[in-house]
Amino acid sequence: MDQFTLNLVFVGITFAIYVGIAIWARAGSTAEFYAAGRGVHPVLNGMATGADWMSAASFISMAGIIALAPAGGYTQSAFLMGWTGGYVLLALLLAPYLRKFGKFTVPEFIGDRFYSGGARLLAVICLIVISITYVIGQMRGVGVTFGRFLEVSTDTGLYIGAAIVFAYAVFGGMKGITYTQVAQYVVLIIAYTIPAIFISLALTGSFLPQLGLIGDYAPGGGDQTFLAKLDQVVTELGFTAYTADTPNMLNMFLFTMSLMIGTAGLPHVIIRFFTVPKVADARTSAGWALVFIALLYTVAPAVGSMARLNLTTTMWPNAVAGNALDGDAISLEAIQTDPKLNWVKTWEQTGLLVMQDLNGDGLIQYYNDKNPEMQALAAERGWQGNEVTKIDNDIMVLANPEIAALPSWVIALVAAGALAAALSTAAGLLLAISSAISHDLIKGSINPNISEKGELLAARISMTGAILIATWLGLNPPGFAAQVVALAFGLAAATIFPALMMGIFSKRVNKEGAIAGMLVGLIFTAVYIFLYKGWFFIPGTATFEDVPANYLFGISPLSIGTVGAVLNFAVAFGVSAVTRTPPREVVELVESIRVPRGAGAATGH
Amino acid sequence: MSGQDSDYWRANVRIILICLAIWAVASFGLGIVLRPALEGIMIGGADLGFWFAQQGSIYVFLVLIFVYAWLMNGLDRKYGVDE
Repeated sequence: MDQFTLNLVFVGITFAIYVGIAIWARAGSTAEFYAAGRGVHPVLNGMATGADWMSAASFISMAGIIALAPAGGYTQSAFLMGWTGGYVLLALLLAPYLRKFGKFTVPEFIGDRFYSGGARLLAVICLIVISITYVIGQMRGVGVTFGRFLEVSTDTGLYIGAAIVFAYAVFGGMKGITYTQVAQYVVLIIAYTIPAIFISLALTGSFLPQLGLIGDYAPGGGDQTFLAKLDQVVTELGFTAYTADTPNMLNMFLFTMSLMIGTAGLPHVIIRFFTVPKVADARTSAGWALVFIALLYTVAPAVGSMARLNLTTTMWPNAVAGNALDGDAISLEAIQTDPKLNWVKTWEQTGLLVMQDLNGDGLIQYYNDKNPEMQALAAERGWQGNEVTKIDNDIMVLANPEIAALPSWVIALVAAGALAAALSTAAGLLLAISSAISHDLIKGSINPNISEKGELLAARISMTGAILIATWLGLNPPGFAAQVVALAFGLAAATIFPALMMGIFSKRVNKEGAIAGMLVGLIFTAVYIFLYKGWFFIPGTATFEDVPANYLFGISPLSIGTVGAVLNFAVAFGVSAVTRTPPREVVELVESIRVPRGAGAATGH
Repeated sequence: MSGQDSDYWRANVRIILICLAIWAVASFGLGIVLRPALEGIMIGGADLGFWFAQQGSIYVFLVLIFVYAWLMNGLDRKYGVDE
């Protein structure tokens, strides 16, 4: 069977499983549509949360973002700590209490706790901005993966992906999404770890990539550690050492914090914890979620760094056992004829890897041509610039099965895994959007007397609408796909996380304080991002050039969410202190969510 | 809030603060701020700060959540607020 047919078979089988689950898990009530009837086992909910959380970006791009970072792989550790540390905050500060609250959406809690329709509406707006910006990237991810593995256009791929999400999200709601996410998690984690294990075995002799990362470099005879070897090879070619320290510690600190509190404030993650039966389950379920997430996140830095070393030693064969520059660079002839280098040809065809023999010597010199020392060496040796002109981040994951010479079914599995990662996150986001519309807007303010059946229908129509909008945005992405992460995490960190936390841990913060705090967090964070990334992300409208020299105290727009959150807290406490205390029934609500007893009863809606 | 319930809440907040202190030391402390000071201490082929930033902090987070859940289950039973 050729590779294309195999990809088709694997993707076809996984899609059939998802649709099968959709038929089995139809939602019959709003409680099932919004919260899967609150009957999901905490371990399964953890698995579903893992799939919900790990997006196309986590699966395809993160290893490359770390491995190919110009300032060294260590500087990108913020992604690893930030996107896992947020679960500690969820488990300790939010999930159990919001589960005890026992309703369906994040804005609903903010509206009830701050006894204000205005606060609820503000939370709905934040939720929709966060989730819509996030979902665009997922829809693109579905289209791109289809385009790469199944030889259809990106647009066609997007339509197919949207149709599959439609099948299980509209009929199954949270119930259908939960059980498909469990299946999607299994697919994506197997697809991610199999190539990683084989690459780790080849480079370090260690079965576990986590140990390989700190193990010895096997092809060199084992007297050098893997990380020391990687540092030696990349610095020899003029790149920054992989383990080099960060040039801006304050920014790394704030960026990590923004990602942590942003993670804890993402509505589509929070609502997953509404599906478990008890408060105690919400706590352990967050732990299980992190177990399943950590399986990928502890492997990712190993995958990235090993792929980087593989790529570099491929370009400089002498680097395997000694110094790169003691031998010649790889020749164009070898790339064409050596079967072990087939993957270089394959990925050149996709445009993710671009090489150009600038000096016409038949060899491909890969080095950092921005480094003055390398420029001197290049002049001496007759090189005319770095001849590997493009290495896409995504190749660090996608090319691994071929680099490790794994059978073609593994490549097909990676295709199915990338699709599972993108589809599961898209579905979770779409549910957060549609429940905010049908439950918070329609039931909450437009038509409070709507019947159970009517609300379920409204939820399905909202879901359909959300899928159509997300598909349209995926087909016509506004030119800001790359900035989406900054906005989504920044806003979640600066608006939703502080509002929820104060709602639980303070009895004193009132309506006026919460609204003022959210507004300040929202406006400050959005304006700071727009100043550098362009107003509403319209290209060319940025007030300042997006370079560190222009940043306030060196804080990048990616890290500003932390500052927005601090302002939110400060303003909320300040305004609350000079306005009247919350009414008695709100204080009683806070007291009731702090105690687990009676969460089962609270679900009666 | 009855006296019993506010004792429960105070005990909970104390556990949270201790857990968050460990959370911050493992990530922001060992992984970022203290890395230059701890240069030279190795965990396998990685220096301590690098290892905590890319591996260790995640393991600490995992243990923390389960320990918190376990402690709270005990606290829930002690104060009779479990389900």
